[in-house]
Amino acid sequence: MLPLLAQVKITDRNGAGQNCVQQDGFCPGWIKDHIGDYVDPLVRHLELTVVSVVAGFLIAFALAMLAHRRRWLVAPITGATGVMYTIPSLALFGILLPITGFGFVTGCIALTAYNLLVIFRNIMAGLDNVPEAAKDAATGMGMTPNQVLRQVELPLAIPEIVAGVRVATTTTVGLAALAFIAGAGGLGEPLIVNQNFKSNVVTVGVLCVLLAAVLDLLLLLAERLALPWRRVAR
Amino acid sequence: MSLPLTVASALSDFGDGLDFLVHQRDSVAGGVQVGGAKNLPLLSEHLKVVGLSMLFAILIAVPLGLYLGHTKRGQFVASSISNVGRSVPAIALVLFFSSYLGLELKNLVFAMTLLAIPPIFTNAYVGVRQVDEDVVDAARGMGLTGVQVVRRVELPLALPLVFGGIRTSVVNVIATATLGPYVGVLTLGDPIINTSVYGDDGRIGTAILVAALAVLAEVLFAAIQRAVTPAPLRPARQGLRGLRRGRPTLAQVADTPA
Repeated sequence: MLPLLAQVKITDRNGAGQNCVQQDGFCPGWIKDHIGDYVDPLVRHLELTVVSVVAGFLIAFALAMLAHRRRWLVAPITGATGVMYTIPSLALFGILLPITGFGFVTGCIALTAYNLLVIFRNIMAGLDNVPEAAKDAATGMGMTPNQVLRQVELPLAIPEIVAGVRVATTTTVGLAALAFIAGAGGLGEPLIVNQNFKSNVVTVGVLCVLLAAVLDLLLLLAERLALPWRRVAR
Repeated sequence: MSLPLTVASALSDFGDGLDFLVHQRDSVAGGVQVGGAKNLPLLSEHLKVVGLSMLFAILIAVPLGLYLGHTKRGQFVASSISNVGRSVPAIALVLFFSSYLGLELKNLVFAMTLLAIPPIFTNAYVGVRQVDEDVVDAARGMGLTGVQVVRRVELPLALPLVFGGIRTSVVNVIATATLGPYVGVLTLGDPIINTSVYGDDGRIGTAILVAALAVLAEVLFAAIQRAVTPAPLRPARQGLRGLRRGRPTLAQVADTPA
């Protein structure tokens, strides 16, 4: 009985903060002291997101360029990327393990697979929405089909393309929290190590949302820089 | 390892995984039987969690979306739910609620219901908002009351999007239910997460099963969505998720894998 009493006394003397941690509570003081522990997982989370979105964009862009000239490819590409999009991430990590093993690469492959559909769909929608008149005018000025694509269609499709990349980015930030299953690290790792500790769970959740918000703002900024004619119009 | 070797060993791993789904065996540490028929309780728990969360989500999100869409209120709420919701990791939300409410089935269902609501809500909302203003005016001109307008005009025209939202949520919820073991609910995620008990075969086999389940749900609900779409509105040709022309709508933006 005596040791127990002594313990209670000690926690009391240490103040409410210590007590809060012992009860797995939500403790702003603890978060302030330990926020540094989350820097490495956060950076890894950022790496996973950036690598997957960039890779997803490059592949989706190549697919869109193929399908732009050969319309019959649109349905099979949408179907195939749609299936990838449907597979639960936890299952996809599990399926990839025998092929690519544990690590950063497996995490990136799975996350990249999820980005393909959204980005591909938006690039195609953006290209389809370019007014016929603009393309006709460009052709009339003597541009080759490649020049029309590069100098007229793609620039006019930028808003839709960026919209797709933004959706892909915020989605990837959320999904990357499970990448630790594939041994790829990220914010999911500290989350699961101490999964009953409210301060820990809340910190990871808030960091994910903040990361997504910052990346989203950067993309918005990039869009404005890429569309000088819109800035003038405003 | 050379490429053909990698492919061969991966294929044999997949074969072992499928074997886990049909044949019972000892767990890795021994003492417990896993695999084969022992997967059935996991599957039924998985489906139970999915069914309950979807039921509650539909009961809450559809009426709310229809009401706000009909009264044309809540644009801001609809868009911010779909934007912020996407970046919150499902696992963080599930663990958050379990850390407050405890490790129980009903708490997992609660968290998953919250995850399932946004796509259904935004789709129902957008579905009603996109109904042609003239059609609604014509209905009112014919003497239909507010409730009648919702029931006979707005709901039928919004139904394809409502089911689109349900389809997105079902797939999400099937995926999120794999996180059950983290909060004490033994779903099909258990063999994927606890390899030390089920072994690598269990992980791969169940991963394939869950993937198949999600694709099956997607295909099934795509068929339902098509069936409830009034014939004149059906697109001539559609991919698995439909390649719509035009700016991505709020509903498309709300599509999220989990």
